[in-house]
Amino acid sequence: MAAVAKNQEATAARLDRLTVPSSGQWAAETREATLSRLREMGLPERRDEYWKYTRPDTLTQADAPAAAVYETGEAPLFDRFDRIKVVFVDGVFDEDQSDDLAGEGLSIERLADAVEKDIHWAKELYGVLEAKGQVPVERPLAAFNTAYATDGVVIHVTGKVAKPVNLIYQHKAESSDAVLHHVIKLDAGAEVTVLENGPAAARFNKSMEVDVADSAAFHHVRAQGRDHERRAVTHLFGRLGTESVFKSFTLTVNGRLTRNEAVLELTGDDAVAHVAGACLGDGDFHHDDTVFVTHDAVNCESRQVFKKVLRNGATGVFQGKILVQPGAQKTDGYQISQSLLLDEDSQFLAKPELEIYADDVACSHGSTSGAIDEDALFYLRARGVPKDIATDLMVMSFVAEAVEEVESEELRDEIIGRLESWLERRRG
Amino acid sequence: MLEIKGLKVKLEEEDKQILKGVDLKVEAGKVHAIMGPNGSGKSTLSYVLSGKDGYEITEGEATLGGEDLLELEAEERAALGLFLAFQYPVEIPGVGNMTFLRTAVNAQRKARGEEELSAADFLKEIRAKAKTLKIDADMLKRPVNVGFSGGEKKRNEILQMAMLEPKMCILDETDSGLDVDAMKLVSEGVNALRDAGRGFLVITHYQRLLDHIKPDVVHIMADGRIVKTGGPELALEVEKNGYADILAEVA
Repeated sequence: MAAVAKNQEATAARLDRLTVPSSGQWAAETREATLSRLREMGLPERRDEYWKYTRPDTLTQADAPAAAVYETGEAPLFDRFDRIKVVFVDGVFDEDQSDDLAGEGLSIERLADAVEKDIHWAKELYGVLEAKGQVPVERPLAAFNTAYATDGVVIHVTGKVAKPVNLIYQHKAESSDAVLHHVIKLDAGAEVTVLENGPAAARFNKSMEVDVADSAAFHHVRAQGRDHERRAVTHLFGRLGTESVFKSFTLTVNGRLTRNEAVLELTGDDAVAHVAGACLGDGDFHHDDTVFVTHDAVNCESRQVFKKVLRNGATGVFQGKILVQPGAQKTDGYQISQSLLLDEDSQFLAKPELEIYADDVACSHGSTSGAIDEDALFYLRARGVPKDIATDLMVMSFVAEAVEEVESEELRDEIIGRLESWLERRRG
Repeated sequence: MLEIKGLKVKLEEEDKQILKGVDLKVEAGKVHAIMGPNGSGKSTLSYVLSGKDGYEITEGEATLGGEDLLELEAEERAALGLFLAFQYPVEIPGVGNMTFLRTAVNAQRKARGEEELSAADFLKEIRAKAKTLKIDADMLKRPVNVGFSGGEKKRNEILQMAMLEPKMCILDETDSGLDVDAMKLVSEGVNALRDAGRGFLVITHYQRLLDHIKPDVVHIMADGRIVKTGGPELALEVEKNGYADILAEVA
């Protein structure tokens, strides 16, 4: 108890220095309730079981560690797509660079505007999935986000939206500390694709809460990188209704500290939830995928596919769980987490978990860590492919299973093309 | 073309001598066959020549067109014109067959200081060559060897050979896992590549492949050495009597 009390005290001291963003009635109430939850649970500490493999201190400390602004010199990802651009610079919405926040089949608003109102539909979602996601594992940085988020988007999808919504982040100030929160509500039968890319800030805490109603489909493709200095914690909360689809893919390249949490709950029968990620890490790279999928309905399918390519001492972490609640019969759950270690200095820490309370389910999980297949490498080299290119072909081969989770062929090609060009640059 | 002199090779990981002094010379335009019982060192010879790790060369030399092969990386040997058709072609999920081949063709061209093949030219060439080997567009697009049948894998090896146009081709038990029709198709592919400027070394257990790919010279390998060399009739003798007679004769 002493440790808990001490952490609560430290958390209180940290929070007392912060100002809750200006809010109208609904948001003020939500933030106040969230703050009391947060004070109760305390900010994450290194000794927390859920933070065993990833040090939370730079994410929780008062000041964001500075991060050099990264100039990529390459065309931003998704540039060739017709999409609705929503740009945030160091965590602040940039109207000039953004498109009109309007589109057929959806309404988009800035969170900063939505929270100023006394009554807003976002109340039924903002912080709601987050609060639900605190059980059985606490996620204090997500609560922190709900309490302090200064901006974001609030999207209501009413129909099948053809143009993707592209959330674009830009990092311009060396010590920026951004807290963004997006809320996306899909009505029954609605469909939308949300893209995210760009370095956001020196320190970035981002939440996305997505409510997918019956027969709706949510597609999410995100790229993080190559800004190596950033520290980021993101939470993706999803609730899935009957026959709905939720598919999320994240590509991460570089980053001293990235923790991506996904918390999905399948609440309606016949729903499908896929969450996948591929990352390339080098040197003092630390990447953590923490996933929690709860099956609470019949005949649902979930897939977790995570691939990490690590070298020069990079660290990859995977904590993934499938929880099958009583009655969630005919569940089809799959989880695979694998690392390709390009040298002996890198490490992969994996904690795959299954917890099943129904008797008619098919759940499988696997986790592997390995070096490049020497026979395959030889095969490629024997055809004249130089070792470095052959190694990168094997890297592409390794991440393919995760990349294939991107349903749109165009987006998949975009991701593959970018991965190839990144690998080519890395080869020099 | 290919010249091997007194080649002795042991495994890197254990103290086991596999090749105990191999002498062999394959001239341009000729097809040499190596036959021999299991464990005689035939596949090891093909791996050592093409640059696979895990072997230590304790003595001897191997040259291709006068260039020392054994000092080169596998990809450099390939660019020099050496090609190994694998006994067990490797599956590479997630890498398209066409992407792989184009990368290989252009890497070799680059290494030789030649201009890279444009996407259009490559496509034209591979389509024509695939057609003669009855490899359809779908197989070209699929990941390298993934889900290919035994025969498809071997046809794919020959397609690679046809695209890379090597000077010296080593075929390591290309007939294994092939039915009669597939063997005919693969052999036709190989025969189409027979050329005055190209040498072949065909490693096989059985005479039947040599019915289709007619050798000029047949070698019998046993216990890490070439123990007998002769004409095509030597292969027929093996087929008829097995290796026992020959081995007893040279012992």
